[in-house]
Amino acid sequence: MKWLLVATIVGATTCGELLQTYGMKRHGEIHDFRPGPLGRAFGRVARNPFVAASVLFMAVSFFAFLALLKVADLSFAVPATAATYVLETVLARFLLKERVGRRRWAGALLVACGVPLIAL
Amino acid sequence: MTASSPRLRFKTRLLAAIVICSNVLGNFSLSRGMRSGGAGNPFLAAVLNPWVALGVSLLILWMLSRMTLLSWADLTYVLPVTAFGYVLTALMGRLFLGEHVSPGRWTGIALIVAGVVLVGNTPIRTTRPGERRSA
Repeated sequence: MKWLLVATIVGATTCGELLQTYGMKRHGEIHDFRPGPLGRAFGRVARNPFVAASVLFMAVSFFAFLALLKVADLSFAVPATAATYVLETVLARFLLKERVGRRRWAGALLVACGVPLIAL
Repeated sequence: MTASSPRLRFKTRLLAAIVICSNVLGNFSLSRGMRSGGAGNPFLAAVLNPWVALGVSLLILWMLSRMTLLSWADLTYVLPVTAFGYVLTALMGRLFLGEHVSPGRWTGIALIVAGVVLVGNTPIRTTRPGERRSA
């Protein structure tokens, strides 16, 4: 049960964040931070199917995380889900075609090791 | 690979700071509100609690600011950089709640800070912008 929830969280978070990044890149860079234009930009973002799907995935991940906290300690939950950092970096490289150089790999690995340590 | 202009760097750092702070303070308020639950229906008590309301508002701000940041920055840039929130949470726990920070935790903090510094100096965007810009 514990590991099923971990797999759900990692899978849903990864799908959600990849979809959100893809959706926001399709929308294009937000330049205008005045309230009116910013509100209109978010109105368009809300109708973006990739962003809408990402919110759904993140909701699944959120509730699975709450369920995990009921059956496991936080010191198990946080390290187990830190796997998303590595998985998302790999998938962003291949699916979103981001250029991940040595520094980014090193940074992602350092963070993926650091997060479990902090949660202990 | 295009170099990031100073203006883009400034905008990115400012937004990353908003993303990090809204997440840390939002979780902090939410956990404070959830712990101070009184008698009666726990769901209703949570909804009516001002700390919970503040936490939820901050987490909405977190979500929107993160989406804005992702409208130009790489996911592989945003993810490690915003992990600095874990460090801030640990330090807030030590400063404001008097929590003990073990050597293992300090090691984790050091690893994350090193990761953030490494990634923070890479180009913010490595994909081509504006392939499909809606008017």
